[in-house]
Amino acid sequence: MSDNDRENKPGQDAEAQFTPEMNPPDRDLPAPEGEVVKTGGFLRRFLDMPADNTAKTVAVALGLCLVASMFVSAAAVSLRPLQERNAALDKQVNIVQVAGLYEDGIDVAEAFDAFEPHVLEMATGEFADGAEIEGQVLDPLTFDDRAAAEDLTLSAPLDDDPASIGRQANYVTVYLLRNEDGSLDKVILPVYGYGLWSTLYGFIAIEEDGNTIYGLQFYEHAETPGLGAEVDNPRWKALWNEKLLRTDGGDGELAITVAKTAPPAGPEYHVDALSGATLTSRGVDNLIRFWLSERGFEPFLERVREGEI
Amino acid sequence: MAQTYRTMLVDPMVDNNPITLQVLGICSALAVTSSMSVALVMTIAVTLVTGFSSMFISVLRSQIPSSIRIIVQMIIIASLVIVVDQVLKAYAYEISKTLSVFVGLIITNCIVMGRAEAFAMKNPPLASFVDGVGNGLGYGLILMLVAFVRELFGAGSVFGLTIFETVNNGGWYNPNGLLLLPPSAFFIIGLIIWAFRSWKPEQVEEREYRIQTVEAH
Repeated sequence: MSDNDRENKPGQDAEAQFTPEMNPPDRDLPAPEGEVVKTGGFLRRFLDMPADNTAKTVAVALGLCLVASMFVSAAAVSLRPLQERNAALDKQVNIVQVAGLYEDGIDVAEAFDAFEPHVLEMATGEFADGAEIEGQVLDPLTFDDRAAAEDLTLSAPLDDDPASIGRQANYVTVYLLRNEDGSLDKVILPVYGYGLWSTLYGFIAIEEDGNTIYGLQFYEHAETPGLGAEVDNPRWKALWNEKLLRTDGGDGELAITVAKTAPPAGPEYHVDALSGATLTSRGVDNLIRFWLSERGFEPFLERVREGEI
Repeated sequence: MAQTYRTMLVDPMVDNNPITLQVLGICSALAVTSSMSVALVMTIAVTLVTGFSSMFISVLRSQIPSSIRIIVQMIIIASLVIVVDQVLKAYAYEISKTLSVFVGLIITNCIVMGRAEAFAMKNPPLASFVDGVGNGLGYGLILMLVAFVRELFGAGSVFGLTIFETVNNGGWYNPNGLLLLPPSAFFIIGLIIWAFRSWKPEQVEEREYRIQTVEAH
């Protein structure tokens, strides 16, 4: 910064030394920085060129874009590890929360170690840990569900698409929580689908009988605060606890529903819709019924019910 | 001009507030004022971006060709906004989840462009920085006022701390759902402008027309 700015008040007297060329009539500019010209170096000559010269316009534009892009990429690259850690931690917190293990101030990474991640093949309900699909090894610790749903080799388009998700991945990561004796306690399944404004991403926790819901929690959505965003309300989330998915102890049809009134199957299959958020409630209903149907986790849940997991 | 740093910083709060007097930056004021913590982060982000973009533009002001000056200003502002967004994602992840879309829209906030074009192109860097910070804070002041009303009466809380226990959580307060929707901010900003102009009548704009009476013969 120059000496001419020493007073730093607008309308300085330094402008008097200015040539008209450098100070075009339509702009009332004060003197440029570094006024004293002793030697005519390249940079000096460049800075002294009239700002409206075509060559200079191009040079300024290129130079600025270059500097700005370096600045932005430097920030993005240097902060990426922190951002990725945040996103991963946020997902872990939600998995721990939906399983009911979360308390304020616990070490999330440690609590998360209790969960057993597996890559699940949707169509068969079998684990596909370590399988190799088109050169990609499915490692449950690094498998990216969101990327898989976009990947042409790992997903398939949906014709009948109640959850409005476009493509469904053939493989997803599920989490198992086991009792101390090694028997199954809960399974945590990822679910997502479109509400009113946004795609809701969440987890549903199901008990070891493969038919009783323990909890449902969304970790990412952009529904209206106070209305649709009440899907985050603990009182509403508590309604899901102990609800049943299917009739006849799991062998009947999918009966769980989010609606204003209970379905004919009975109140144990009914979660009350959110008041003032009809479309978000309908979205949640659609996505739950899609993901727990035969096209979703039913093959896997059948294995859970038979005690194979 | 008898502008000191002090007046540059304080003027935009009340006497020359970007929202109430210049009526700029309304769109983002509607979007980010449903809760106070979000409004606070937005205030800090806008203040930093306005301050630093004004400063950088001021440093370059004699070198910026006037034919591409708006583009040059946009590049500087946009770069700063992206950096702010990245920093939020790294250090305030929870807030960035709700704010990310609106942080991106700071680029189009008229206040930032307005200060760059009206002040930073004609004034030295430090003065431009102070002016930018002042305007960012003036914007933030209104944002916080609106967010206070909206969060208190719309959700019964202030900065997420429950003040009125709402019916949904088993309390007595039946929240006003309208206040949580963006249009309610229009009404509140309108009321604030009315209050400011009643307090300082010199802010009232002159009428553009006058109703004349014609005598009938």
